Amino acid sequence: MTGAGMDQELLTIDALTVREGSRDLVAEASFSLARGECVGLIGPNGAGKTTLMRAALGLQRAQGLSSLTLLPPEERARQVAFLPQNRDVAWPVSVRDLVSLGLLPARGIGLHVPQTVAERVEAILAEMELTALADRAATSLSGGELARVMMARLLVQDTPLVIADEPAASLDPAQQIALMDRLRSVADAGRGVLVSLHDLGLAARYCTRLLAMKAGRIVADGAPMDVLTPEVLADVFQIRAQMIDTSDGLILHPVALTGRGG
Amino acid sequence: MNETTSQTIRQRGARGLRLTLIALSLLVAVLFVTSLLIGPISMPVGESLRALFQGGEDPLVLVMRELRLPRAVLAALIGAGLGLSGAAMQGYLRNPLAEPGLLGVSGAAAVGAVLSLQSGIAATAALALPFAGLGGALVAVFLLALLAGPRGGSLTLILAGIGVSALAGAMVALTLNLSPDPFAANEIVFWMLGSLTDRSWDHVLLALPFIVLGSAMLLSQGRAFSALTLGEDVAATLGVNLTRLRWTVLLGVAAIVGASTAVAGAIGFVGLVVPHILRRSVGARPAHLLPVSALGGAALLLAADIAVRVILPGRDLKLGVLLAILGAPFFLHLILRTRLAQQR
Amino acid sequence: MSAFVRGSDRLKSLLLALFTGLAAPAVAQDSPPARVVSMNLCTDQLALMVAAPGQLVSVSYLAVEQAVPPLAEAARALHGNRGLAEEIYRLRPDLILTGPYTAMTTVAMLERLGLQVERFPLLPSFDAIVEDLRRMGRLLHREERAAELIAQFTRDRETLAARIAGQPQLRAAVYSAQGWTAGAQTLEGEILAAAGLVNIAGELGLGWGGFLPLEALLLADPDRLILGRADGGGGGREGHSQARALLAHPALRGSRAFRAGAASNDSGWICGTPYVLEAAARLIEELGR
Repeated sequence: MTGAGMDQELLTIDALTVREGSRDLVAEASFSLARGECVGLIGPNGAGKTTLMRAALGLQRAQGLSSLTLLPPEERARQVAFLPQNRDVAWPVSVRDLVSLGLLPARGIGLHVPQTVAERVEAILAEMELTALADRAATSLSGGELARVMMARLLVQDTPLVIADEPAASLDPAQQIALMDRLRSVADAGRGVLVSLHDLGLAARYCTRLLAMKAGRIVADGAPMDVLTPEVLADVFQIRAQMIDTSDGLILHPVALTGRGG
Repeated sequence: MNETTSQTIRQRGARGLRLTLIALSLLVAVLFVTSLLIGPISMPVGESLRALFQGGEDPLVLVMRELRLPRAVLAALIGAGLGLSGAAMQGYLRNPLAEPGLLGVSGAAAVGAVLSLQSGIAATAALALPFAGLGGALVAVFLLALLAGPRGGSLTLILAGIGVSALAGAMVALTLNLSPDPFAANEIVFWMLGSLTDRSWDHVLLALPFIVLGSAMLLSQGRAFSALTLGEDVAATLGVNLTRLRWTVLLGVAAIVGASTAVAGAIGFVGLVVPHILRRSVGARPAHLLPVSALGGAALLLAADIAVRVILPGRDLKLGVLLAILGAPFFLHLILRTRLAQQR
Repeated sequence: MSAFVRGSDRLKSLLLALFTGLAAPAVAQDSPPARVVSMNLCTDQLALMVAAPGQLVSVSYLAVEQAVPPLAEAARALHGNRGLAEEIYRLRPDLILTGPYTAMTTVAMLERLGLQVERFPLLPSFDAIVEDLRRMGRLLHREERAAELIAQFTRDRETLAARIAGQPQLRAAVYSAQGWTAGAQTLEGEILAAAGLVNIAGELGLGWGGFLPLEALLLADPDRLILGRADGGGGGREGHSQARALLAHPALRGSRAFRAGAASNDSGWICGTPYVLEAAARLIEELGR
């Protein structure tokens, strides 16, 4: 949130509610996300993080408002790119083909892809160190390689807003750091990122802002320092943590459980 | 990034597709001509082709123009439709086991066709027969999409297919057994296994518009099938209108399978075997697999229809028999591979 | 024993009869049978022609629909049986007429019950018709009537033979559902011959007949075509089968033989009765000779 011209909002959510039976999976969620922000969505399992993201994207029926659902599908695809938790690849297509899927929204009605757009694929493959894997079948990759491929596809789509659901899950530490660096640099380049994270340490270090969810509700919203308070940690996660502000950023380390139901 | 590298790589993909399409087109052409020259009574090649092109009063002209030509045209047309339907169903359901015959879509189309024929509705309006087939097929694809959509696993899909198949088979048998026509009950085999014997231009004209229209619908969805490689959520956020895609696929497949089954019975396994064999040749790209599978399907059905006439001349061996012998091992192989992939 | 039969419990009487074998109606061989039941469409028609009024009490239910029209009319006045043992037994027949293969288990049971059953071999030839008429006359004690019919039949045969003598020989085929074509050694084959037609089944080596692919029929290129009845012998025209749809194939309709005038076979073609000559005569007219 640096330059004045950059803080236009990329996503506005107002009183978004997803109801299943008599239960609210997401209740009255409201927030907005501006250019330059890397917003971390944290909360325990079942808090409604995935449901909130899908509802915000219009992938799930919901009440309330999400600015993205007002857009027609083609328009939305140029506004936001989504990386779901599920990384199933149905067919053994090559890595290059898979990454090129990010170009679909740019292709209008015809199949013609402008040369400059096609080059973006090669540039991003190189940037993600995937050039050597480009002709491999995506189904034959390791988890870490596949995660990079998915991220490459997301970057190729080249949208102002990026939404990623647990992108760091099942990655080794080096891959996690590379991934979060990448997402943060997307935000720093003036785009917006909404990312759900399990690892509070990553959330504390890389996000400009955190949303904490508990039982479908957003219970805290603000800078990491302001969200990761002992009270919120105890209430949302039932843990106590050490937090140190270092030159490498905020470091959070869970140290003990607090009493349940407190 | 080197521009020329990027260009050559893109061109390589396009050229590979073009080569595959040309090779398959040649194969279809060769098989088409071969099909014209095969019959219960073998006639000299030159004489047969002269009769086909020059016409005249010779009975061979009638045989070539009114029996063998519509039969070959129908084999190519239905084969192409079924190959394409298989590729499209697989793309939509994200499952290499999806196939209209195996999942009971053809069987349900046969129910529609048989009902319209036995009730006499087919005799009252020209297009009542293919529409009835389409209706039956639509019920089945709709049920399958409901029971096992793109997110449903292989097991759900196959189980749903078994249910639909069993019901369809029973309905066909019941309807034919209740028919006042004494020959109808013996024709369960025709409806369940399919045959192109003694088809005429009437049948071609009934099926053609539906197969062409259905094919156009399915071919238009190439991008959507590509996007579905990464699942429904990614496809939706890549701009695919999932509701429109679903209806296009359901109607397209139903039109093709419905009309094909109405004139030639339920022909299985084409939609399973063809995309499976050809997937590698197009780098598994779901969009490219569509036209390639159409040509491959035409080639396979022409070849199968030649084989039934060569193996048992004049005995009307049903196409489904041959295709099942060929296709069932593929199916079992695919199940095995799916299982291994799950264990990984 | 009539007291038993009049009793309400017919099943009981049937069972009793089955075990004791006492139920056999004691018909003296020299008095004419008074209650004759026929169980086969062809014996139905022969009996309808030969029997005295009132002598025949029941014919098969098929006779009403599939017998030649004048006999079907007569059959309408009679009970139409479906060939069930109990049903036949209840009619208290003193003579049962049937074909060689009709409801064989039922017929065997009726014989065990002591009823007199006469099986007609119903061989598919014109000469057999004379034999069958003679036998029918003997069984019904109507020898005179039978002799009349035989004399008429023989005269009609000669007339027909004279009519076709010297006519050009045309090649023809009978083509029925499923592509069945009748050979020379069938009734259809004899009717064809009586109409002065050469059956192409003979050229193709099919003596009794066989399934002929449409393509083979077209290439054999007959001069005339006799199409099997569109109802396949099933009575109504409802329902549909590929077997019958074959007879409407455009290639068949476009053939030289079809365009020259195709006839269709009818009820007169089914059974060996004198009506086969009418069928042959009609064929000569329909095929434009």
